Amino acid sequence: MAREMVADRHPTDLLLRSDRLPHIWCPGCGLGSVMSCYTDAVQASGIPVPLHVAVSGIGCTGRVAGYLSLDSFHTTHGRAIPYALGLKVANPELQVTVISGDGDLSAIGGNHLIHAARRNIDLTVICVNNFNYGMTGGQAGPTTPRGATTSTTPNGNYEEPFNLPHLLATAGAVYISRWTSLHVRQLRESMRVAIKKPGFSFVEVLSPCPVGFGKANDLGEGRDEMWFYRRRSIVDDNANLADVGLSMSEDEPIVLGNFVNRDRAPFRPAVEKWAIEEVLHGEA
Amino acid sequence: MPATEQRVLTGNQFMNGDTACAEGALAAGCLYFGGYPITPSTEVAERLARRLPAVGGAYVQMEDELGSITSVIGAAWGGVRSMTATSGPGFSLMMEAIGLAAMTETPCVIVNVMRGGPSTGLPTLVAQADVMQARWGSHGDIQAIALAPSSCQEMFDLTVRAFNLADRFRHPVIILADEAIGHLTERVVIPAAKDIVRTPRRMQPIPIPVAYEPFRAPDSTLVPLMPAPGKGIGAHVTSLTHDERGYPATDAPAHDRLVRRLYDKIALHTDEIIDVEEVGLEDAEIAVVTFGSTSRTAKRAVSMAREAGIRAGILRLITLWPFPEEQVRAVSQRVNAIVVAELNLGQVRREVERVSAAPVLGAHHAGGALMPPEIIFQSIKEAARHGQGNGRRSASDRPLTAV
Amino acid sequence: MIRRPMDAGLEQFRVPRGQVFIVPNRCKDCQFCMEFCPQDVLERSDDLNAKGYHYAVVAAGKEDSCVNCQFCNLVCPEFAIFSEEVTEVGSASH
Repeated sequence: MAREMVADRHPTDLLLRSDRLPHIWCPGCGLGSVMSCYTDAVQASGIPVPLHVAVSGIGCTGRVAGYLSLDSFHTTHGRAIPYALGLKVANPELQVTVISGDGDLSAIGGNHLIHAARRNIDLTVICVNNFNYGMTGGQAGPTTPRGATTSTTPNGNYEEPFNLPHLLATAGAVYISRWTSLHVRQLRESMRVAIKKPGFSFVEVLSPCPVGFGKANDLGEGRDEMWFYRRRSIVDDNANLADVGLSMSEDEPIVLGNFVNRDRAPFRPAVEKWAIEEVLHGEA
Repeated sequence: MPATEQRVLTGNQFMNGDTACAEGALAAGCLYFGGYPITPSTEVAERLARRLPAVGGAYVQMEDELGSITSVIGAAWGGVRSMTATSGPGFSLMMEAIGLAAMTETPCVIVNVMRGGPSTGLPTLVAQADVMQARWGSHGDIQAIALAPSSCQEMFDLTVRAFNLADRFRHPVIILADEAIGHLTERVVIPAAKDIVRTPRRMQPIPIPVAYEPFRAPDSTLVPLMPAPGKGIGAHVTSLTHDERGYPATDAPAHDRLVRRLYDKIALHTDEIIDVEEVGLEDAEIAVVTFGSTSRTAKRAVSMAREAGIRAGILRLITLWPFPEEQVRAVSQRVNAIVVAELNLGQVRREVERVSAAPVLGAHHAGGALMPPEIIFQSIKEAARHGQGNGRRSASDRPLTAV
Repeated sequence: MIRRPMDAGLEQFRVPRGQVFIVPNRCKDCQFCMEFCPQDVLERSDDLNAKGYHYAVVAAGKEDSCVNCQFCNLVCPEFAIFSEEVTEVGSASH
């Protein structure tokens, strides 16, 4: 049998603006892997592809929308979620997924994130967490682990980071998972479930950023950061979410899993007074 | 409240300006309002929270004004007419997203019921000091369309018009109302639904042509047809500088081409936007240029002037942006002097000075109450003295300003 | 979930076979596919692609090792590698 065969296109190209490739992301960045899982999840969702809409904020992950051949919206920094809310409320037929970074979603957009979860608006949010602001060259953000070195924490980060699954569970999200860009099968399946889930779903993806974060923290190349995930990750769907915060310590596990899958009536703004009872009693 | 399921409340109504604005939105077919309470615009939100669900629309109370304006932009792309309402502090928060709407050519309406500023200022009291913010508040070479209602009737009429202009130009349109008009209650005549003029949003037909470019304008309007999501078009809409395909572009020619088109699509069609009203200017030696609630007290000032033997009249700016340069210039060539009356310290006056052939004086007050007619009358008297025997001073020969 | 032992009747399971496809000029040599291929099928090319990177190739002696698991397809951030099931040795499925 032959060794590799040379192709000039890839099956995923169907869902990509392949005329824009190569993308801008660095070698060893996990964003392309996340995008690949998302396109697979879209196709596996059973929902017609034209109904899928991707909304991104600003930053490296913010560029995801622009590489998808879906109707895609690249908005302003932090505002992907309210933009997506407007799209979804105006046109409930659309299957709206927000794909954005940890800084975009949980720092400048943090208020929208928790309120969207509280409302339980029917959106899927894929948060690619690379522990820093990559696009601007590796500054600390609300997910940077304690002690991590970045260009704005030259002596180590002294702030406590967000534990995003815990935050979102408290805020009211109905589906919450965390995977890494190495755990592609679980990630794809988790995205598929999140897309199908009525209400606010949140998928956190830990992803290597060798240039912005890895280098400053001696994590090596992207592949080394992937090994770091393999060494430290454990899967525990039933983990106590208060305990799944992330640290730089090799001794502490990175807890992954499909943490939350519960039912709560999704947000319906256009209800008449007579329909309120129905909403209160959980009819979707 | 009458017949809540009725989209257009046809007939003679007695309502405050904010409510008339909400009714104008409904009559225009607005189906989405993203709001956040802020005095003195809250009544717009309250009215629509009650009315929108009954007509098949949605009111969403967002977590802040950043969220409300951005959700309005999202809703516009979702295919509906959408609006938000706010006042100074919230308007400040919306500036970035107004730029997003301009950059992505998103039709939407933003109502700013102006109150005293800077900062929290005078939450419950009138001012007209956000004129320049409406024009230049968002960064970059942005265009602005802003309308200034001076009655509850105009709160209704101009809100309908704002939606039409938004769709005609695919641009965010600002209603620059003020607290005195928002909270004034008077008669509003709402036409029959069939008589409400509604400019259609020009959508990209489906199927799309082979070499489809979502951000290429098909004609001299310079406005591209809007692609609807969910139909398989696969358009990319970005806040970044983009080429005609909608793809991010970082080259100088693409940026210049885009920004110029966004600029020119409005600059070359100002005649479709600009509206002014002339009152008693036929024989006037002094023109009072004013807008919003101040145009109402200016009428009293003009009467006082006429009683004192000074022939004064009013040029009321219904459109503030694009600035009615030609209209102001034409009036300035017929009068001896212009008085600009406004509840700020000279924002419109400087625009008038830029184009006027006659000397320009200001009648300014920072706000907190309606403009006293006496202040305007004082400026008219001064202008009359100033303009005597020298009716064609150049604008650069700057006269004194009564503040 | 209940896991059943597979030791009875293993011979009735057929391990799928895959043919690896590469879009050489897309590869940026991140090595995700090489490092984490469960069958260790892949290695770096000797030559460089148009962007100046060594790209993924099937290692000598691994021609028949791909089981079409699709891991490389999913993990590749550059959309540069995929596999297709081969129904009989020596021919790709399309």
